[in-house]
Amino acid sequence: MTVRDVVVTGMGATTPLAGTLPATWEALLAGVSGARPIEAPWAAELPVHFAASAAEEPSVRLDELTARTLDRGQQFAVVAADEAWADAGTPAVDPERLAVVVSTGIGGLNTLLDQYDVMRERGARRVSPHTVPRIMPNGPAAAVGLRLRAQAGVHSPVSACASGAEGIALGLDLIRAGRADVVVCGGAEAVIHPLPMAAFASMRALSVRNDAPEAASRPFDKQRDGFVLGEGAAVLVLESAEHAAARGRKPYARLAGAGITNDSHHVAAPDPSGAGAGRAMTLALRDAGLSPQDVLHVNAHATSTPAGDVAESLAIRSAFGAHAEALAVTATKSCTGHLLGAAGALEAALTILTMRDGVVPAVRNLDDPDDDVALDVVRVEPRRMTIRAALSNSFGFGGHNVALTIVEAA
Amino acid sequence: MTENDILAAFAEIVYDVARIDPTLVTPEKRFVDDFDIDSLSMVEIATAAEDKFGVSIPDSALSDLKTVGDAVNFIAKAGVAA
Repeated sequence: MTVRDVVVTGMGATTPLAGTLPATWEALLAGVSGARPIEAPWAAELPVHFAASAAEEPSVRLDELTARTLDRGQQFAVVAADEAWADAGTPAVDPERLAVVVSTGIGGLNTLLDQYDVMRERGARRVSPHTVPRIMPNGPAAAVGLRLRAQAGVHSPVSACASGAEGIALGLDLIRAGRADVVVCGGAEAVIHPLPMAAFASMRALSVRNDAPEAASRPFDKQRDGFVLGEGAAVLVLESAEHAAARGRKPYARLAGAGITNDSHHVAAPDPSGAGAGRAMTLALRDAGLSPQDVLHVNAHATSTPAGDVAESLAIRSAFGAHAEALAVTATKSCTGHLLGAAGALEAALTILTMRDGVVPAVRNLDDPDDDVALDVVRVEPRRMTIRAALSNSFGFGGHNVALTIVEAA
Repeated sequence: MTENDILAAFAEIVYDVARIDPTLVTPEKRFVDDFDIDSLSMVEIATAAEDKFGVSIPDSALSDLKTVGDAVNFIAKAGVAA
């Protein structure tokens, strides 16, 4: 059996930068930051009172009833999926050959915590009957699956901040294995709420640069002090190359490979050697039939934590050897913030746009590069270059490492 | 409270939960067939009605409320203060 080529034919996103993917891309190239103060009164009580909240309320793109019955994360997922599906030209596909893989890192925490308040204040009988469908981690996938009438299977792999990328890797597998012809895949997250904000802050994972939120996310910079919590969703439409060709659809790019490993080191801290992450990149290259020299660009996971960014730079060097110095590396979380379970899907989409337009976004706030990061990280202004193959990295608490290989469409 | 008053107030609940135009919420309308209201939303409507009218709608009764008229009659008989 020959392995089926998998192409990307549609993309959508709603992010801290904009309500659509094209507008997000434009803002990213302009170096805009999505980080802003949280105006809600609860934020003042927390060690961190800013976040990269969505630029556009998802409810503005949904009918009232849909918005009312879905958790905020599900709303983001549906908005991004609608955009991606339209962008793909609303493919005519047998529903039994259409799958959905939409992940989340955490699930419907806003609903969970709000309904807990309802129960304590008004009693158990007043808890909304929509609570369970809103809080289950497969909720965003189920909402997208129902909307598109997908019947080949609806999945939601969960691997913290690698979830979105792992969802895309699963989509690749589903098409290669012949279990679907079209897979709508991505990630969604909406946990800008006092408890998760407090919990991430307790881990000392968040930047505490409260006086300058727009300068807080600074991957690879000496003064970085943690990530900026973001929210939103990104969705890609994957399709077998045959299916896309049969309907005359020109793809954005080919999803050529994926590599998934685990650090097996610590539940939250990265392996400082970057060995597991490096292996994910090596596997992603091998899966795509590429050698390191074929790749010129990496969209790094780089969340702006002191430990993570250095470990990733070592991982890139271990996977690429001397060729690491020829890579133009970017870290788009400097502008978007960290969308947790949606991050991998968003960055895959941004990597594809980087290749399409031949321009690598600059890392915002990279004023003084860390001496321990021996990489060519694009800073100050975007860099024009032709890229035929690129990697997008995503890592998550639990030791999860996922690398996706994207190659220009034939 | 007359049955018409109950109907008007009940229609507001149906709008809040299911976004059905209140002018369409008339006694003969069936929740499932006419309004596509699912069992989860029916529970929401029932609890909202309990709060609004000060009545109790046990689960055993809820399953018998097929139409708007069924619900209005139940609420009226359950002793809404006149």
